[in-house]
Amino acid sequence: MRFAIGLLTILAIASIIGTVLKQNEPYPNYAFEFGQFWFVAFEKLGLYDVYHSSWFLLILAFLVLSTTLCIIRNGPTFLREMKSFRERATDNSLRAMRHSQQLDLTLDEARAMRLLQGHGLRVKRVPRDDGSVLLAAKKGSVNKLGYFFAHIAMVVICIGGLMDGNLPLKLGELTGSIKPETRELPQAQIPEQSRLGAGNLSFRGSVTVPEGKSADVIFMNSGNGYLVQELPFIVTLKKFHVDYYSNGMPKLFASDLIITDKGSGKTSEHTIKVNHPLVVDGVAIYQASFGDGGSPLQLKAWNLQAPQAAPTDIKGNSLGAQPLKVNGRDYQLEFGELRVFNVENTDAPGSDDKSLEQRLNDARSVRQDTKALKNIGPSISFKLRDQHGQAREYQHYMAPMQQDGEWYQVAGVRSDVAQPFQYLRIPLDKDMSIASFMRLYAALKNPALYDEIRERTTAKAMQGQAISPAMQQQFSDSVRWVLSRFAQGGFGALEQFLDDKVPADKRQAIAQTYIKILQGAVVDVMDVAQAKAGLAPWPQDAKHYRFLLDSLVSVSALQDYAAPVYLEMSGFEQVQSSGLQMTRSPGKNVVYLGSLLLVIGIILMFYVREVRVWLLLQRDGTRLAMTSNRHNRDLDQDFERMVDYLNKQAGEA
Amino acid sequence: MEMVLQQPLYKRLAAGDWLYALLIVVAAGYSFSLYGSALDYYEQLILAGSSIALVALGWFWPSWRWFFPLAGAVSLLAIQLYDHNLARAAESFGLKYLLSSQSSFMWMCTLFFLATVLYWAGTLSRAGLLMRMGSGLTWAAAVFALAGLFTRWYESYLIAPDVGRIPVSNLYEVFILFCLITALMYLYYEAKFAVRQVGAFVLLVISAAVGFILWYTFDRQAHEIQPLIPALQSWWMKIHVPANFVGYGAFAMSAMIGVAQLLIRRGILASRLPSAEVLDEVMYKAIAVGFLFFTIATILGAMWAADAWGGYWSWDPKETWALIVWLNYAAWLHMRLVKGWRGEPLAWWAVVGLLVTSFAFIGVNMFLSGLHSYGAL
Repeated sequence: MRFAIGLLTILAIASIIGTVLKQNEPYPNYAFEFGQFWFVAFEKLGLYDVYHSSWFLLILAFLVLSTTLCIIRNGPTFLREMKSFRERATDNSLRAMRHSQQLDLTLDEARAMRLLQGHGLRVKRVPRDDGSVLLAAKKGSVNKLGYFFAHIAMVVICIGGLMDGNLPLKLGELTGSIKPETRELPQAQIPEQSRLGAGNLSFRGSVTVPEGKSADVIFMNSGNGYLVQELPFIVTLKKFHVDYYSNGMPKLFASDLIITDKGSGKTSEHTIKVNHPLVVDGVAIYQASFGDGGSPLQLKAWNLQAPQAAPTDIKGNSLGAQPLKVNGRDYQLEFGELRVFNVENTDAPGSDDKSLEQRLNDARSVRQDTKALKNIGPSISFKLRDQHGQAREYQHYMAPMQQDGEWYQVAGVRSDVAQPFQYLRIPLDKDMSIASFMRLYAALKNPALYDEIRERTTAKAMQGQAISPAMQQQFSDSVRWVLSRFAQGGFGALEQFLDDKVPADKRQAIAQTYIKILQGAVVDVMDVAQAKAGLAPWPQDAKHYRFLLDSLVSVSALQDYAAPVYLEMSGFEQVQSSGLQMTRSPGKNVVYLGSLLLVIGIILMFYVREVRVWLLLQRDGTRLAMTSNRHNRDLDQDFERMVDYLNKQAGEA
Repeated sequence: MEMVLQQPLYKRLAAGDWLYALLIVVAAGYSFSLYGSALDYYEQLILAGSSIALVALGWFWPSWRWFFPLAGAVSLLAIQLYDHNLARAAESFGLKYLLSSQSSFMWMCTLFFLATVLYWAGTLSRAGLLMRMGSGLTWAAAVFALAGLFTRWYESYLIAPDVGRIPVSNLYEVFILFCLITALMYLYYEAKFAVRQVGAFVLLVISAAVGFILWYTFDRQAHEIQPLIPALQSWWMKIHVPANFVGYGAFAMSAMIGVAQLLIRRGILASRLPSAEVLDEVMYKAIAVGFLFFTIATILGAMWAADAWGGYWSWDPKETWALIVWLNYAAWLHMRLVKGWRGEPLAWWAVVGLLVTSFAFIGVNMFLSGLHSYGAL
């Protein structure tokens, strides 16, 4: 018993470790987290999959064994106890009981028997040598069965669990007949030693199936690698469905599946959804996850080195990779996931500062309408990898987004997955296109146009008498300088210059001047750009001016965007994929049976009270004695009542 | 638990018992006549089953006979005031200040706090009247809690038909359930064992939960009704969650009784509290009830997991901690029943048990990641 409790404690501690340390992560994650030394130590202890480590299973098996032995050893005694009426109780032992009293009354034997039986007690009559008769009675003996049920239940549940455990796999891995695959291989090339036949009794794995595609195997994580489990059928994903509530929360994930039996070739169609699995040949198929299944994409590539050129069309597939040649250089374009639905909380920050009264009012309402959850439309993520293997990650949104009344195209960039995306907001023109911005960007990037621009800007400044004629040349040079510096490095370059070359006390004033020059000149940049393209000049109004100022921000942000090409998503055909989990667990019903036994056992143990009553009918009196499996207040009460009852009955007779 | 000298059940039932049963049957019949056509076979079975369970509960515990119909009537009144229009929550005086689910819960919180104060005042000053008032307020708080849950259920359907769901699906709602169940269980034992002074202790743990509810409401707006994500759209939830909270409530109560018992054994407040032996027995009974329901809840959870996650046991942190809690109380009961332990060690153990249970209940959601994250803080 003590040993068993010690083992149980070890199991409990191991279980706690398993909840704190994330289980079954890819091994490199652990190595990164713990360092090489501890990584190896923990691996040796099996801590990355505690619940399936050999020592954990060994302790479990031992506990099952010891519980079984306990049942076998104590069982017969228990059964004997249960059956027995303890009719051999002597006068002394009756007297010694805590609830025992010599009553000054005589009861006729048949009547006493009836009284006891009338209250549901089973009675055994034992005549004694001295002429007295002992009536040994009892009630609630099934209480003892509770111990049996509860302990057998433990064994049954553990056996069911072991049936579904991966013991055969462990053995296979130990003997070397099964070896997890650690390489990324196409399914067909995975060697035989990493494959498990369809006859395998118990397994649990998953597979991702794109729409219109099929799968006839699943993959199971095993240590550092994975195993392939063959299925007795082929599963084809016809369509994946996802529904949302009006507030953007997901409402339904469902997959329309076609199941084709490998043996008979018969097909059948089913729909599975979360909480509603499908069982085929004893294999339960669950809706586990979903994602992009590789969707055809159409993109427009804007050459950022030559933004004046019309964009070229590119086709690709999400989750796919393809080479991309830009300005004579080779890049690898690696698409990530296409997300058609992006729900964001567009609530303005700071709206949380509320008075107590407002909070009280909010607390009364079960519906909050102020939360601005909004679907901001499809997005595609991709990486652009150069010849040195360096890559940045981009996330482009397809739909225009409105902010403060104006429309933008939004693109995120980051150089490291651990960082948040930095967003670029490109203002859209009246055709909802980024073409005007690109035109402006091209003009800014083209030093050949600077003379024309600075002439216009200077002329305007003269006209508005913002500068004196003496400063004309200097102003004109400044315009040129600011433009070229800005075009090369955005606001950052101007700031850099100020920090390097200008005394701290003058920076503020000079920065103001630069900004003013830039804000004035950008109007002329646009005019020149329009003229070069043979288009009409823009009207000078607040709306267009805001476009230009936004453009300046975007041009500056494009420095950090750091790509030779801007890929504008123009279309897609969504192909989704569904993550299916499949299990075969023959132990399930065994575990349920054990659970049922356990509940019955607990109820019998705690809610059926075993009470024994002895009535020793003597010639000149009666001894009453009672016991219960628990000495509690109930027995005190029972005993008192019994004494009263017998007195009353004897009086009536 | 049946006594030896007891009339069989049918002989013990009085007119009041039958009247209550009739009320439940009529209510169930009326519901059926209204909605029977919309119920499938399972739902009809559940209607019948829950009616039987309600009758049984009323026969077993006389106070239930007025408590449940009263809570039902209060929420029916709220539904009447709503008149199929959620906006009435802000317009109707009765709803705004009393009966809308949120107002009910705020009243529940207030009453629980007041009851705690009264129980303590009554215990410290040995004033039976104050303690009786404490009981009364606890009852009132429980009525608001149950009626509020019913009303919230209705309100969820008013938001949108597809949003409608039973209010036991997020941390906010289960905390209210926890308060309700702990209070009701305590009130049952209070009447049965005449241990009113213990209310001061049990109400402390309820007040702590109430404090959390208030913070969660005002700071996190957690009270808003959100629709069910697909993983929670299951019948199992409706029985798994309440069963679990009977367990949690019983364990919390036993721990507070343990605290009272430890104080008595050290001579603190000893003259103002019931005897340590009585408390020992109540503690045992509470743990026995909690253990039964926690076992059932864990099994139901396993059956749900078999439908939802592809396996009845996945060693998810929540599952593992449920196992640890279960083992903890199994060992507790073993020690009492097999080794005959009594008194102080078991009282300490019950207190420690609450820490383990609380971690399984809240800690896992806060600190560990897993499939079972129904409420982040």
